[in-house]
Amino acid sequence: MDAATKHEASGLHSALRYKFIAIVGNENVRAATAADVVAGVQAKLVIEPGTESEVSEILRLSNAAGLAVIPRGGGTKIGWGNPPTRADLILSTVRLNEIIEHAWADLTVSVGAGCTIQRLQETLAQHGQRLALDPLWPEKATIGGVLSANDSGALRLRFGALRDLIIGATIALADGTLASSGGKVVKNVAGYDLPKLVTGALGTLGAITRAVFRLHPLPRNTRSFSVATANAEEALRFVLAVQDSKLAHTFLQSHFSDESSPVSDILFEGTEAGLEAQEVQLRSLAVPAKVLGSSTSTWTAREELWTLADPQCAAIAKISILPANLARTIKLVEHIASGQQVRWRALAYATGLGWLRFEGKPAALRGTLQALRGELEGQQGSLAALYRPEKMPAFDAWGSVGDALPLMKALKQQLDPKSMLNPGRFVGGI
Amino acid sequence: MNFMEAPILEELRVIVGDRGLISSPEELHTYECDGLTYFRVMPRAVLLPNTTEQVQAIVRVCHRERMPFVARGSGTGLSGGALPVENGIVISLARMNRILEVDFLNARVVVEPGVINLDVTGRVSPQDYFYAPDPSSQSICSIGGNVAENSGGAHCLKYGFTTTHVLGLEVVLPDGSLVHFGGKTLDAPGYDLAGVFVGSEGTLGIATKVILRIVKRPECVRTLLAAFPSTNEAGAAVSDIIAAGMLPAAIEMMDNLSIQAAEAAVHANYPNCGGLLLVELDGPAAEVEALMANVKEICRSNGASEIRVAQSDAERALVWKGRKAAFAAMGRISPNYIVQDGVIPRTALPRVLSEIERLSKEAGVRVANVFHAGDGNLHPLVLYDRRIAGQEKAAEALSAQILELCIAAGGSITGEHGVGEDKKKAMAKMFAEPDLATMQRVRCAFDPLQLSNPTKVFPTPRLCGEKPGEYVPHPSESAGIAERY
Repeated sequence: MDAATKHEASGLHSALRYKFIAIVGNENVRAATAADVVAGVQAKLVIEPGTESEVSEILRLSNAAGLAVIPRGGGTKIGWGNPPTRADLILSTVRLNEIIEHAWADLTVSVGAGCTIQRLQETLAQHGQRLALDPLWPEKATIGGVLSANDSGALRLRFGALRDLIIGATIALADGTLASSGGKVVKNVAGYDLPKLVTGALGTLGAITRAVFRLHPLPRNTRSFSVATANAEEALRFVLAVQDSKLAHTFLQSHFSDESSPVSDILFEGTEAGLEAQEVQLRSLAVPAKVLGSSTSTWTAREELWTLADPQCAAIAKISILPANLARTIKLVEHIASGQQVRWRALAYATGLGWLRFEGKPAALRGTLQALRGELEGQQGSLAALYRPEKMPAFDAWGSVGDALPLMKALKQQLDPKSMLNPGRFVGGI
Repeated sequence: MNFMEAPILEELRVIVGDRGLISSPEELHTYECDGLTYFRVMPRAVLLPNTTEQVQAIVRVCHRERMPFVARGSGTGLSGGALPVENGIVISLARMNRILEVDFLNARVVVEPGVINLDVTGRVSPQDYFYAPDPSSQSICSIGGNVAENSGGAHCLKYGFTTTHVLGLEVVLPDGSLVHFGGKTLDAPGYDLAGVFVGSEGTLGIATKVILRIVKRPECVRTLLAAFPSTNEAGAAVSDIIAAGMLPAAIEMMDNLSIQAAEAAVHANYPNCGGLLLVELDGPAAEVEALMANVKEICRSNGASEIRVAQSDAERALVWKGRKAAFAAMGRISPNYIVQDGVIPRTALPRVLSEIERLSKEAGVRVANVFHAGDGNLHPLVLYDRRIAGQEKAAEALSAQILELCIAAGGSITGEHGVGEDKKKAMAKMFAEPDLATMQRVRCAFDPLQLSNPTKVFPTPRLCGEKPGEYVPHPSESAGIAERY
């Protein structure tokens, strides 16, 4: 901590800190430590409010005092996005962890933003239900964090993204306004769909304090298979054949890397009779590729991608492409990465979303990401650089937003006019 | 209504040509209401643009003249969303009805807003795909209108709503600028503006192009009809189906009055009973057969007297024809009726239905019930005869009471028809002031001058830039008594 920061922090300590303590109690306010760094920026204070109205009060005070606030859940994806231009407070949702109402007969749940995905799933499972989502690090990741980062995995193919699962939300705006929208019924078109607006907004429009989701039953039985193919074209042919078939698969993902030939994983859920019939159909589709029984490790493929041998020499990107551009994209990755002498590994979903890991020198990683982003944006796609090593030269996490950026800035201006929430972390400097 | 100044009218005529401008009072009458004929306002003019550029040019004139505009698709909406506003013009997108692109490999279709919902499915069905949202008016309603209202339909229980299937939009903002939300690929960087725009009822701008997702037809579709003594037993069967971990493509329920009406109108050959359940399962054949056995068992154990599975596509189509014609069919049993669109948590169904029955008896006004039972979306039809003094008032009062029942049960005032003109007052009962003020802030980002379908959706007009009062929690909220939904 340099002298100036120290001074400011002690300033917070003497004046505002007292007010914060009056709201949330002494035990829920503490000085930030190295563990609370946000994308390389040191915050000063960590506050853990226990109720929505405490969140509202904290934000109102911070806003009046001009403090930059970083909302944080489990902190698993706190590094996603650009470094904040300022960071004073970390507003932790860790105590807003209540499962408010599991209306199991209505297939809905209302849950506090700080509840972890795993705890929610365990509770839902008691009634044979689930939030049909497989985000990264469920044991630590929270509802609010997963929503803000719009994280989704393989299940998205069948059940949609968070935007399709969330039916209501309460958010605390920068000025302390607590606003609810949506509701707790699955079908509802009253008012603007603000739950969708805050999903994927990286906490820049408001701090999510609670969310309501529609739920799905846990599967009766499952069966999964891995299909080995010779190259990317063959893998794509298999994926497109499955997508164009009458199979009712739950997920379909393909692995690619610079060292082995592609493998695709497919999962089915349903009755034993249904699974039996689908397996027969799959085997006829997959000829001449090899169909193997698959292990449960397919579930953790994305986390494995994120397990870095050397965090100083690796980068991870989320890409979005047209599904039929898969083979072409993999070739592009191969070409660009080999030119930059960068190792690579990819996990691609049939939805057109995918994850890439690159390993190499920081400058080469930047070159790779930049070249690939340019190509993908040229094909109506996108690339978000969600993990970049410290030493990598500056590189925008998000890329081009297109002609809607002025409108996005106007929205930010309306909901957070002083730019207090996660300043500078989102697209176009928002 | 003020007549439009001649130079402005001329300017608009130049943009769309003679054939694209309607300004004679006789012709304007066609546009003075939408599917909710109760509200009528004469527009100053109706414009029928052919291109996005024309829409932009018209909106720029509106912006310059501070003249409000209302976009209109097929005019089938049931909440007055396309009702003209005082001194405003109507922009009809009916002529922008081209399917621009069909991409089967990526399961995407790009359409103009005037394309009819069913025509999308018509275009892709030879390759065995379909467009999933299927509002009952799908043979005449437009995609642009569906986008505005976030239309649902019987199959949204499994397949989702319009918003689930709209991946991208080209939008003319209320200042005439052209912007793009989302796209053909998922998770475009930035805010999910498509998510906010869909269902915003024309208050945020005009969609001029829509990128849709299409879905492969399932291998097998089976539709079951089960006759129960009353809606209570039928409702219990619905709960058991859901509790058994099944997600049918559709679950619809009709009460005796609705059955009678549908029978009179389309002879769907429904069993005459107190509560009729229609359950549709789709997916791989073996899966559907296994689950159908399960559904039959559940229906039987809940007292179904008759269970039928449609044996052919023609039979299945007839079953659906009866259900989809149910609103219009009410004309057979009542000269006038109000369609409601409240939603309740499915579990509140028996309680709310018996309450509706009690209120109906009290008021001496009949209520027929048709609903999407799987997702709790009620469509009570309040039947009355305008010619009998006091009946219309009694019907309106009953209709408002039903909405309050829905709100009290933790539900919503509208599941798919929209707020529009009709239910904007009820918004203040469903949402607290800070909730509405926040939505208003979003509106101001899109439309600071409030020209795009102003006066709709929100109960109290508020200018942009007007400072909302500082947020003070309601005392009951602070005390933890009231939940904010």
